[in-house]
Order: sequence, then structure tokens, then C-alpha cells
Amino acid sequence: MNGKLFNVFNTIAKGLNLTLRHFFAAAESRDVKPIMDNDYFAQKGGTTTIQYPHQKLPLPEVGRYQLDVEMDDCIVCDLCAKICPVDCIEIESIKATEAIGKTSDGTTKRLYAAKFDIDMAKCMYCGLCTVVCPTECIIMTDTYDRSTLTLNEMVYKFSDMTAAEAEAKRMELEKLNAERLAAKQAASQSDRK
Amino acid sequence: MNFYLTYVLVATALFAFTALFTLFALYSERKISAFMQDRLGPMEVGKYGSLQAFADILKMLQKEFIIPSAADKALFTLAPVVIFVSVYLGFAALPWAPGLSPSSLNLGLFYIFAILSMETIGILMAGWGSNNKYALLGSMRSVAQMVSYEIPAGIALISAVMISQTFNMQEVSIKQGILSSETIFFLGVWDVRGIGGIVAWNIFQAPHLIVAYLIYFIASLAECNRAPFDIPEAESELVAGFHVEYSGLRFAFVFLAEYSMMFLVGMIGVILFLGGWNTPLPNIGAAKLATWTTTVGWGIFWVLIKTMLVVAVQIWIRWTLPRLRVDQLMSFCWKVLTPLAFLCMLMSGIWRLTMM
Repeated sequence: MNGKLFNVFNTIAKGLNLTLRHFFAAAESRDVKPIMDNDYFAQKGGTTTIQYPHQKLPLPEVGRYQLDVEMDDCIVCDLCAKICPVDCIEIESIKATEAIGKTSDGTTKRLYAAKFDIDMAKCMYCGLCTVVCPTECIIMTDTYDRSTLTLNEMVYKFSDMTAAEAEAKRMELEKLNAERLAAKQAASQSDRK
Repeated sequence: MNFYLTYVLVATALFAFTALFTLFALYSERKISAFMQDRLGPMEVGKYGSLQAFADILKMLQKEFIIPSAADKALFTLAPVVIFVSVYLGFAALPWAPGLSPSSLNLGLFYIFAILSMETIGILMAGWGSNNKYALLGSMRSVAQMVSYEIPAGIALISAVMISQTFNMQEVSIKQGILSSETIFFLGVWDVRGIGGIVAWNIFQAPHLIVAYLIYFIASLAECNRAPFDIPEAESELVAGFHVEYSGLRFAFVFLAEYSMMFLVGMIGVILFLGGWNTPLPNIGAAKLATWTTTVGWGIFWVLIKTMLVVAVQIWIRWTLPRLRVDQLMSFCWKVLTPLAFLCMLMSGIWRLTMM
């Protein structure tokens, strides 16, 4: 009985002592340091709150947050759209009549991206698209705080072509196709003769 | 006519005080709990979040009165009023400074205890009127707890009253300092009537009153339904206990009652055990510290400071200790606190007969 009673007082005193120590330690607050910092785990006392909009935890440049596409490097291969588990990437490609140019790693670009939309509201941040991309043009960035007023604004449009340009390219392709078809028909007719 | 005007003024001043104290206590409780958990607490509204409590009360004022369709409308509407008024009326008999007391009742302590018990009825009305099983469970627990804990609290207070020989709160205060007309002894041996200060307080006049004060303090926590005795509102089990269904201004009144109750029970303990409005500074030779600091202004200051400290301890305990189980709560009250309180009362009788 006496041991139990002593235990009661002892534990109550320990608990009260602990909260009191933290109460007085709250006069100081811990500095906002990135996880890369050597002293990150060295700060033991003080309040830990990061007052978010005013203070931000520094992030590594290549975070795993929102997606970004470097259109100059994109060969519009559609791999990212195919692997996406939630189908948040929509790509519409137009075949070019000749090679358009080269990406920074030397791959030849042969397709125009008339549409390259990523619906960030659907994205689940798995990062599969960044893995399959052959030219590493689709990457995840350190941007995580982007709120919009309408759901529509969550669809990020990366295509750098205007509708008119896309239409022109489409016409060019149709014209080329028609020419080829005509050439083919002419060739087969001359064969028959 | 002037007579009634004074009454209204005093009542308004007391109401204003309880409201302001509630806002202050709300803010300080959030800050203290935050610091204890290494957080910052409210920071956005005003400098260091100092206007947070006002923002909260503004929000509550704008809210709709919702009465559940199955509730007993009369009981539901009346309950917050009964709860608050019973606590608020308790303030009537508390002395604030030498010669400054809203009402110097002969049966002051008895009256306060009687009127505080009315809160139990208000809580039961709230729980029953809500027609909600959580509210009813909470109020039943609350009533069982408050009725049980009134016994050790009352007996512990009686042991202080036996030393002071009066129920009048103002006289109890006078008898613990330099204004006393009787001789007072520190620990029953040293005459400290001219010295006053901390050594003249009741807990030092008769040292067993320290135990009595501890009993009263623990029981008073249970009476305000505060942790570790907060099973009536146990958030993890009963959502919010008897005030689940309340919203807006009605909820604000329940809240006001809770924080006023904290101050009230703290102040009763301060008056009966810790010298009331008497200064803790004694007269030492030519330095008449006690005489200098026993005026109306200083009296209000001392009683406020002491009570605020007690309330701070209540808050500190709330954010440290976990909740007791119902059976632990009851066995602690009936098997530990009540016998100890009776022992204190017996000691008081012996002390009164032999030492004073």
C-alpha cells in the first residue's frame, strides 16, 4: 500500500516536472533548418512549430512534388501517359513532315505535341512518368504549395503550340499524306499497265 | 434607489470580470498547453495571437441556435443559464480586499457551497434535455462525480472553518493577517499577529490544513470537471459530454461557467487556506512590508495573483495527467479523500482545543 502510494506521488511529480521543463524551454524556438543541415538533429529544446506561410522548410531542388515538363526535350513518345496509373497525362501528337530538331541529349524529334496536359488534381505523385521518360524531360520539382480557385486551373498545360499552329501542322501532314497516297496510286496504276 | 443602483453596478462588474477572466484563461490555457507540448499555440490573430479569444467569442456570437428536434426545449434552453448563474452567484460572497466584498454574508461559505451544487442540476438538465445518449451519459457521470467530491471538499473546508470559527469569508480573511483582532499563532506557538504575511495564513497557523488544502484542491478539480477528472466530457469516449448538442451563445455560456468555476473554486481555496487578500510579505522590524501592502488596491492584487496561480496549476495538471477511470475516480474519492478529510477535521478539533 505504502509502495503504491509512493509510486502515485512519484509518477505525478515526474509528469508535472516534465511538462514544467517543456513549458520553460518554450522561451526558445528551434531554427528552421533543412534536413541536409549537419545540426538538424542537434537542436533538442524549444518549440518546433514552423509557422508555415511565413517560414518554410528548405527543400532539396529535386523534390518529389509537382511535375514539370521541359518541352524542348520532349519527343512526344507518349510513354508517360501510358504508364500513368491514374491517367492524369493527356497527350495529342502530330507527326511532323520532317525531323524538327534535336533534344539536348541528341535524340531526333519527329512529333509535335499539340496537347500536353497534366491534371495535378488527379496526380498521385508516384513518379513513374519520370522513370520511363527516355529523354528525362518530365521531372518532379520542389513546388508543393500551389492552390487554385477552380479545379480547371489544376490542369497544367505544357504544350507550346497555339491552336492555329497545330492546325497548320495537321494540314501539312494531311497534304503530305495525300501527296504520298496520290504518288502510290499513280505508281500502282503504272504497274498495272 | 441608490441602493439598487449599487447592486446592479456590482453585479455588472462581477459579470464583466468573469467574462474577461474567461477570455484571458482561454488564451492562457491554449498558450500554456502549447508550450508544454513544444508548440506555439495561437499566433495569427493579434500580436502573439492575443486576440484569439475575442475572435473565438465573435465567432460564437454569430452562430445559429440549434435545438435538436427531439430535445426537451424548455430544459435545453434553460440549462446553460442555470449552469452559469449558479456559478456566477457564488461570486457574491467572495471578499476582494479589506472592506470590499459584494456581500458580507454570515453564512458565506455555506451559501457558496449550496449555490454551487445547483450547477449539478443544470448539467443534468443539459444532458437530459439534449436527448442524446452521449450527453446523458456525460451528465450522469458528472452528477455522480460532483456529488461525491463535494463531500471531501466540504469536509476539508470545514476543517479550515473550525480554525477560523466563522463562515463569513471576509472574517476568515481578516483572521489571517495583521488586521486580525485576535492573536494568531504560527504553527500554534509563535504569536505573529503584528507580523502578518505568509506566516499568518491558515495553512501555517495549523499545518494539517496543508493536507486539507490538497484534498480540497483535488476535489475542486473534480467539481469543475477538469482533467484528470474530466470523465463527464471525456472527448475520446463521449465526444464532449453534456454539452455535445450546444452551439453558439449557449455553448459560450457553458464555457463561461466552466472557467468562472475554475476561478471560483480557486478563490475559495485561496481565501480559506492561503490568506485571501492578505499579503505574503511579513513585517520585518522597521520594514513594515505587511502594513504597506494591506490596502484595498493591494488586496485585489494579492487575491487575483494567488487565484491566477492556482488556476495556472489547474491548467498545468490538466495538460500533464491522464484521465482517471470511473471506478478509480469513485474509489479515490470515497476510500482516500473522504477518510483523509475526516482526519483533517478531527485534527482541527484537537488543534482548536489544545493549541489555540
